[in-house]
Amino acid sequence: MISRPALFFIAALLIVALSLAGFATSNGAWLTNVPQRERERVNPYRDQPDAVSAGRRIFLDHCAHCHGKDAEGTKKRPSLKSDRVRQEATDGDLHWLLVNGNRGQGMPSWVKLGDPQIWQVICYVKSLH
Amino acid sequence: MDRLGVLTSAVWATLARIGYAALLLAAVALPSHGQEYPYFVTYSQEMEEPGNLDIEMFSVVGNPPSGNSFIGSDIEFEYGLKGWWTTEFYLDGQATQNESTIFTGFRWENRFRPLAREHWINPVLYTEFEDISADKTMREVVGHDGRYDFLAPNGLAHMDKQREIELKLILGSNFRGWNISENFIAEKNLAGDPWEFGYALGASRPLQLAASAHECAFCAEKFQSGVEMYGGLGDTDGFGLHLTSQYLGPTVNWSAPHGMTVAFSPQFGLNGYSIPVLYRFSVSYEFQQFFSHFHRSGQ
Repeated sequence: MISRPALFFIAALLIVALSLAGFATSNGAWLTNVPQRERERVNPYRDQPDAVSAGRRIFLDHCAHCHGKDAEGTKKRPSLKSDRVRQEATDGDLHWLLVNGNRGQGMPSWVKLGDPQIWQVICYVKSLH
Repeated sequence: MDRLGVLTSAVWATLARIGYAALLLAAVALPSHGQEYPYFVTYSQEMEEPGNLDIEMFSVVGNPPSGNSFIGSDIEFEYGLKGWWTTEFYLDGQATQNESTIFTGFRWENRFRPLAREHWINPVLYTEFEDISADKTMREVVGHDGRYDFLAPNGLAHMDKQREIELKLILGSNFRGWNISENFIAEKNLAGDPWEFGYALGASRPLQLAASAHECAFCAEKFQSGVEMYGGLGDTDGFGLHLTSQYLGPTVNWSAPHGMTVAFSPQFGLNGYSIPVLYRFSVSYEFQQFFSHFHRSGQ
């Protein structure tokens, strides 16, 4: 029979292990987790100027505090003007990331925004130079 | 009322005033956002974003037959510790017509999301400890909670200390803009009462999914509406709907400019054991990356 102190110790160990598991995911590693089907999804708002404007508003409301108003990144959060985001990642990749988040790295899921707003943000992020 | 009671009432009333004033001030002064589901009782699978602090002032007004009208309120501090871990602290109080205004206790809850990615159904595990008495906020309904619980005078009800643990299984899904959430509740009074059970269900959707290209305060995307239903399911001595209260009502919220969210819901008792109508409303405000406000920017 496991004693109560041992149970607390195991629980604490589990919490620490889960936290460390999050940090073990290196930057950009999420890209390798995106299913092919998701990667190939087409942004229905692509090339719509209004979508870029709307996406900018959503970005400023929800994303700017971590990634910076100009999306340059902050001390702890990555820039969204990187080659990875602008060129390597497809719209589908970014959609998958915004839906699922990367909780271990502190990136929450934004599924509550709904698909249209997620696609609009992606239009804005992809328009950044 | 004794001297301690007067003191706690005064503290509670002051806290409530400070809370509302602080929320108004924050809404004008600090950057934030609001995009919440319009639920009052039901929890969704959404966690607080890591580093964000959400402060909510919540109230419910009811008028139980043969009893006095009341307003139950709480101040809620919700903080995202990790992407998978949210902690929340509540201070509760209530005022009953012809009786008194009292501080009724505190609650501390933690929510854990075991699965990292989004699935069709997303589970969240919830634990809570509460130390309350004469509570009238009705943030959950379990066991045989009913309108007769609201007839005891505050002076008497306040002596009945309730130290309880509560466990919830929260299930949530998002589909085509809809959020559908289900909660299964088990609550245990540490004084030795049987386990009590309850449930809460909610479904909601923004009035418009896509964002407008231009800033607007009252456009459809700023409103979410839905429906909420909850009630008791008896206890280990008698599981089921017999002698339980049940509520159903529409609910709506508005994401106001400057990041404040205002929510309202009239909820209707579905049987004679329930209070006929409850009016719930709340004002919440989210501080993004709360502790970064106290650091000097190095950027």
